[in-house]
Amino acid sequence: MLRVDNLNVYYGMIHAIKDISLEVNKGEIVSLVGANGAGKTTTLHAISGLLKPRSGSATYLQHNLLTTPAHKIVECGLSHVPEGRRVFSQMTVMENLEMGAYISKDKARNQKILANVFEHFPRLEERKRQLAGTLSGGEQQMLAIGRAMMANPDMLLLDEPSMGLSPLLVKEIFKIIKELNDDGITILLVEQNAKQALSIAHRGYVLETGKIVLSGNAAELLENDAVKKAYLGG
Amino acid sequence: MEFLFNLISGISLGSIYAIIALGYTMVYGIAKMLNFAHGDVIMVGAYICFFATMRFGMPPLAGVLLSMVVCTMLGIIIERLAYKPLRQAPALAVLITAIGMSYFLQNSAQLLWTSSPKVFQSVVGTINGQTGLKLFDGALSVSYVTIVTIIVCVIIMLALVTFVNKTKTGKAMRAVSEDKGAAQLMGINVNTTISLTFAIGSALAAVAGVLLCSAYPTLVPTTGAMPGIKAFTAAVFGGIGSIPGALIGGILLGIIEIFAKAYITTQLSDAIVFAVLIVVLLVKPTGLLGKKVSEKV
Repeated sequence: MLRVDNLNVYYGMIHAIKDISLEVNKGEIVSLVGANGAGKTTTLHAISGLLKPRSGSATYLQHNLLTTPAHKIVECGLSHVPEGRRVFSQMTVMENLEMGAYISKDKARNQKILANVFEHFPRLEERKRQLAGTLSGGEQQMLAIGRAMMANPDMLLLDEPSMGLSPLLVKEIFKIIKELNDDGITILLVEQNAKQALSIAHRGYVLETGKIVLSGNAAELLENDAVKKAYLGG
Repeated sequence: MEFLFNLISGISLGSIYAIIALGYTMVYGIAKMLNFAHGDVIMVGAYICFFATMRFGMPPLAGVLLSMVVCTMLGIIIERLAYKPLRQAPALAVLITAIGMSYFLQNSAQLLWTSSPKVFQSVVGTINGQTGLKLFDGALSVSYVTIVTIIVCVIIMLALVTFVNKTKTGKAMRAVSEDKGAAQLMGINVNTTISLTFAIGSALAAVAGVLLCSAYPTLVPTTGAMPGIKAFTAAVFGGIGSIPGALIGGILLGIIEIFAKAYITTQLSDAIVFAVLIVVLLVKPTGLLGKKVSEKV
């Protein structure tokens, strides 16, 4: 469904992403794990057009992502939940969700998706008139995911959804990610929290200083000694 | 009665500043740049209306509409040619470009229309041969231009607030002003949004130009410069980026200016206006209604 081949991204002189190739098949949860600064977010930004890679290719279904302008990618059915949630803090929860459905003109369908979002995140319904900036970190993360769902995507790119959340909330967010996947949404999950991320994933990639050093079945990665040592605390 | 007269004059002048300040504040909010050429778009708007009504005998309202259309296009073209290529450039480069664009417009106007002053005829007509209302048995006379200016300002403000809060496009504008990257992920075209902001700001500049010259009829290529700076001050005063802030800043600035002229000294009125600005910024650096920008990590 999503295919990245030999992607290279530079920040000025710095070679941030080195020849990355990865693939996500329909219906999968694929986790991209690695330490802070490994290039996880950069990879996602390159996929969703916020950054221009120097070479390589990225395709989603039949769309060449590198030639599609960033604001057109969501129309292809690929939604990106950015790192740090990046909700519109001066807008209400409801307005944030409306922005998520910006590309859709079908009001009836939007209402249906909205009901579905509220079903997954009842907290958002309770707080729909509140400014997004006044929500707690966990609620903002729910809003960020809900906002991305409003575009009715076939695939979600999730960037560090567990960042800064309490263990309880982390568990809840991962549970919801699993539910979304059960609903048929394909997921590429970027996480520092390798254990959690790999435990819900089908497959995984391990990123280290801009290179993919390991890949394979998520359960096997969890058992891998090198991974255990580096990311799972021995 | 004199006080009331000065107050009304101040609100009227302030309304013009407020309309101009809206252009500054909206462009700043969306594009994070100070468009110093904005004041000169006002001047172009006034010239267009002048030629349309005086030379080609168009009715005043048609003249205003034509001037709005021309300024809208001018605003979009300025953004495309001068600012868009600098989207990734340092803020200082954009600022200098804006100042350059300001001089370019002034000098072009000088070439096209010469620097000899044109006498602008008010677009607000007379009623029963009167140019204004006489209140309190003639003790207080308020010109129709003054009244129209205030009404137009209120209408524009209400329309803009509604647009920004109630329409999808308006909300998308707010989204872009908060976070361009996230807005793009929603499918919002940032370039189109920026163009739209320049279009709205410039159309308002045309209205401001016509109202300004209806009240102060001398039209020269530098007509827009000083009101432009004052309106910029008003935008900062009220809190740059805030639409209600532009209104409050503009009106207050107008009142302070007129009162300073009436009760203190005409020569120093501008100095007093800017001194008030300095005091406000010392006490509240984000302006009266400015939002505190808090960075979330």
